[in-house]
Amino acid sequence: MNRDSPVEPVLEIDGLSKRFGARWALRDVSFDLWPGEVLAIVGESGSGKTTLLNAIAGRVTPDAGTVLYRAAAGKEGGGSAADLVSLSEAERRRLLRTDLGLVHQNPRDGLRLSVSAGANIGERLMAAGARHYGDIRARALDWLQRVEIEAARIDDMPATFSGGMQQRLQIARNLVSEPRIVLMDEPTGGLDVSVQARLLDLLRDLVAEIGVSVVLVTHDLGVARLLAHRLLVMQQGRVIESGLTDQVLDDPQHAYTQLLVSSVLQL
Amino acid sequence: MTIVQATETLPGYSFAYLDEQTKRMIRRAILKAVAIPGYQVPFASREMPLPYGWGTGGIQVTASVIGRDDVLKVIDQGSDDTTNAVSIRKFFARTAGVRTTDRTPEATIIQTRHRVPETPLQAGQIMVYQVPMPEPLRWLEARETETRKMHALEDYGAMYVKLYEDIAHSGRITTAYDYPVMVNQRYLMRPSPIPRFDNPKLDRSPALQLFGAGREKRIYALPPHTPVRSLDFADHPFTIERWTERCAICGADDSFLDEIVTDDRGGRQFVCSDTDYCATRVAAGHRA
Repeated sequence: MNRDSPVEPVLEIDGLSKRFGARWALRDVSFDLWPGEVLAIVGESGSGKTTLLNAIAGRVTPDAGTVLYRAAAGKEGGGSAADLVSLSEAERRRLLRTDLGLVHQNPRDGLRLSVSAGANIGERLMAAGARHYGDIRARALDWLQRVEIEAARIDDMPATFSGGMQQRLQIARNLVSEPRIVLMDEPTGGLDVSVQARLLDLLRDLVAEIGVSVVLVTHDLGVARLLAHRLLVMQQGRVIESGLTDQVLDDPQHAYTQLLVSSVLQL
Repeated sequence: MTIVQATETLPGYSFAYLDEQTKRMIRRAILKAVAIPGYQVPFASREMPLPYGWGTGGIQVTASVIGRDDVLKVIDQGSDDTTNAVSIRKFFARTAGVRTTDRTPEATIIQTRHRVPETPLQAGQIMVYQVPMPEPLRWLEARETETRKMHALEDYGAMYVKLYEDIAHSGRITTAYDYPVMVNQRYLMRPSPIPRFDNPKLDRSPALQLFGAGREKRIYALPPHTPVRSLDFADHPFTIERWTERCAICGADDSFLDEIVTDDRGGRQFVCSDTDYCATRVAAGHRA
């Protein structure tokens, strides 16, 4: 890290609000995301977690607020910040397939099921201008191994994969472009616990290895404790508590957070 | 056969079947298509006296650009003598009273399905292609709103996924017809179901090339001399089909060959798909 230039957040979210009719889905949400940080957003269904993720990814247009994204120094537009909300559609799409990744809860939403695993991983590279088949295939093979899928399955259709493998493939498909930020919406939802555990191990390793920043939406406090450095608790569209993960989970201040933490099943 | 003079025209019909307002509407769409090479222009496609899929788009385009002095050639799979080609040629002979021909160099308008003539096109000629499905991105995106946005933003990277799949499963690009092309370095375009053998003929052709999709209600165009590049990978460049055989009739080794089964004991031969090209070569003394 360069000592002369202070570290700046990759994402600065300020005053983000969104209403659906009379209901507030997001109400004045502000936070920063730092390089290499994993930030978990927890809260019950309907608390605005997914709307927040969609607003960052440009899938929902917020009524107010800014989402400042700062590209890595040395990359295109490096160093300077751009507001993802007011960015042109073309620029936002370019960022979404290079610098940002989005991992859906259901891998069927994030994968192309009619093309092979290799093509799924290679798509972002081709979208970014890669035109050498051998190179694309080599990168796809490399990423299959990094997410612990046998290289021999590179030409198989994702529909023939198990749920856990599909989720790992979806992660590889997003990470292949070396994004700065990955947005994850309940990445372990719908998987059985042993598969969840392996996926969490893998995610933790990959995040540490490539230094990507992660915004992780989950209702599973166990997942948050395992992966996240920092935690935001949301209720009815507002952030009601935030802090270091262990601090929030061990010493919750807000009544709702206390309820949430005490509701976790102890085995 | 050389130029055939029409004998009679149908009384009570507009020139070339379509009414004048419709032809003006289609001409406006064609002008816009020529101004933006490769861009699909929506138009109010009409009911025609033949079913969708039989060339209703091509016929409407031809009807809108044809004049009394034009000489029309119609081919289907390279041949002037197939049912569809004969029907469309007779349709315009009767409704427009225009002269018709089999000879590529004599024609001013050539309506085609599945082939581009082997004889090089000239300045002043108009090619009219019948297009079943104009949208090259449809296989990966079902929503028209989204494919339009992808065209607007030049968001074409996913198109290479299809070529990647070909190579991954077959070791080479197996897309043999309707091979996607980039027009004037801007719009992705389906060249209609011509074999990829014909793709290089689209590139910088001196003729005006018009594409009509009747059911899908789209018109697009390649003005003369427009650069047209077939998509490929750096290590798997675009290639055209090659045959080890020559044409069994005229001996041509540079034309697209059809495989003809000649008996029920496995006998077969290869002949030119472009019947006019083959006949012209035979008349000039070429033999297999």
